[in-house]
Amino acid sequence: MSITMTASSPVTNSLTAGKLPKNAPMMVLAASWLVVGAIFAVIFLSGATESFNWAGTLFFGTVLYCIALFLFSYFVEGTRRAKDRLVTALVTIAFVVALIPLISLVGTTIVNGLPAFMTPTFFTESQRNVVGAGGGALHAIVGTLFVTGLATLISVPIGLLTAIYLTEYGRGRLARGITFFVDVMTGIPSIVAGLFAYALFSLLFNDPGIRFGFGGSVALSVLMIPVVVRSSEEMLKLVPNELREAAYALGVPKWLTIVKVVLPTSLAGIVTGIMISISRVIGETAPLLIVAGFTASMNYDLFNERMMTLPVFVYNQYASQGADSQAYIDRAWAGALTLIVIVMLLNLVARLVARTFSPKLGR
Amino acid sequence: MTTAVDRIAIKAKERPGDRIFSTATVVAGSLILAMLAAVALFLFVQSIPAFVAPADAFKGDFSNFWSYVAPLAFGTVWSAFLALLMAVPVAIAVALFISHYAPRKLAQGLGYLIDLLAAVPSVVFGLWGIGVLAPMVQPFYANLVDWFGWFPLFAGPVSGTGRTILTVAIVLAVMVLPIITAICREIFLQTPVLYEEASLALGATRWEMITMAVLPFGRAGIISAAMLGLGRALGETMAVAMVLSPNPEVIFQLLTSQNSNTIAANIALNFPEAHGVGVNILLATGLVLFVITLIVNMIARVIINRRKAFSGAN
Repeated sequence: MSITMTASSPVTNSLTAGKLPKNAPMMVLAASWLVVGAIFAVIFLSGATESFNWAGTLFFGTVLYCIALFLFSYFVEGTRRAKDRLVTALVTIAFVVALIPLISLVGTTIVNGLPAFMTPTFFTESQRNVVGAGGGALHAIVGTLFVTGLATLISVPIGLLTAIYLTEYGRGRLARGITFFVDVMTGIPSIVAGLFAYALFSLLFNDPGIRFGFGGSVALSVLMIPVVVRSSEEMLKLVPNELREAAYALGVPKWLTIVKVVLPTSLAGIVTGIMISISRVIGETAPLLIVAGFTASMNYDLFNERMMTLPVFVYNQYASQGADSQAYIDRAWAGALTLIVIVMLLNLVARLVARTFSPKLGR
Repeated sequence: MTTAVDRIAIKAKERPGDRIFSTATVVAGSLILAMLAAVALFLFVQSIPAFVAPADAFKGDFSNFWSYVAPLAFGTVWSAFLALLMAVPVAIAVALFISHYAPRKLAQGLGYLIDLLAAVPSVVFGLWGIGVLAPMVQPFYANLVDWFGWFPLFAGPVSGTGRTILTVAIVLAVMVLPIITAICREIFLQTPVLYEEASLALGATRWEMITMAVLPFGRAGIISAAMLGLGRALGETMAVAMVLSPNPEVIFQLLTSQNSNTIAANIALNFPEAHGVGVNILLATGLVLFVITLIVNMIARVIINRRKAFSGAN
């Protein structure tokens, strides 16, 4: 009896019944790219288009993939699984789409920026008396280092002390107010920070045309302080309370506990946060354009005269091109490449610091 | 009963070091509040002349300050709105991918990759938008106007350079994507694991689990993340200033070469050459921008904070 049964209906595994095979999505993707690619190849061979349409193939192939996968799954597995598969495909596509600008941006910057970036004068000369090709961005790099460095010197003490206040001392209304407004401050548009610095100093010195590097530092610190507070606060909160209690139990005063126990424990995280906040403000253009101005010459004095910075250099080279416009565009891209390299290095070093020196918490 | 215990609270001995240190921290904290107040105060003081400026002080054909700032405010809100329309769905999807779909080992690295986008300076985005994106999308815009020109938003004539408000919105969307993604990701990861496991155990698919457990839990967080992104998009300067070809009017069309400018870009373009009351006018538009972003950010923060108080996650 049982023999006739199995002969009439094939044995099915109830656990895998009504399911697409595991590699089905990959196969459907490859198949739909091939199909669409074939269509475009026919169009190309018939002479309707000048070249094979790669972008169209990828785009329409992916659209076809979503539809085909949904339909296959709908008929084999039912509506619910089909929806699940569709969403999985869409979410993955969204991630890839989000990466496209990053890749395109870094790629173009490297390709367009390398020629001028590699010229020996780019890091040794300024733009003084340069018309057309040649010269360098030394004045802008020095300006960026000076302005950002001073902004860091202003922001770190204020930011760190505020973070300490919020984690160690702050109770009640003042602490809540500071937390709230620090969060709000992170959203201040960078150009408003620049306008503030300008408004402040032009009133103080009664000079409506005021431009100097220190103003840029103040504008950048308005943007930087909230970031420093936030990240340091998070790090200080991670310090286990047992450490503080142990110190108190030994009779250590509160301020010494903070200086000798809490801060060293969270130092790696705080340094990471500070480096990331530097990388945030080092690329700011708008506030520096407004209050630090632009110039073609070297300027080592933060309190006198206009000071060029790297982001403004990029903008300025692009916005006011001379007769030999390609030279200006090349320099703009080279400046952009320098900026990206600095920012990525800061980010990378910050992550390394965080990974190497952070205390091992928990198990 | 407890009052008796409260009254005999032991007071730690106050040392001079303690007093100096705690005062320093309080001063630093208050300095931040003072700074925010100073931003508002100095901008306001400097923009008073603009509010009473005569008609001929304005660049273009305007009768007073408010008619000057209105098209700019419109352009600011309109471009930011378009950017959010594109960025929010993608950001939620990317956050879901990193938090619930990507393999565990890869997830953190992929998160860093998206964060790198946030680190790219805005002036580089401007260069990219004008040098790469605008020429790339221009033929696409031309087709869009040919086929869908009857739809008011896509009405022609099409811009020949691609430097339209839609291109600006795409650049802005790329720029705010990392912020929205980062916040959404954090909030999705806070979903109680028990909810997720319970719905999976009842036979839900992964998507059903997300719609039933993760998204309802994160709704407030998503809204506030979107508003923080909005605040960032409203204040973005250089990318807009470099990419857009502006016109001082209220214009809804997305694809023509006439576009409403944004407040921030208008300041950046005109400030270096401004003088006299022109400077005050630009400062006053900056004050308007400051107030708009302040309101948006405050609403976002109130939503986040309220959610924090109710959720059991932290």
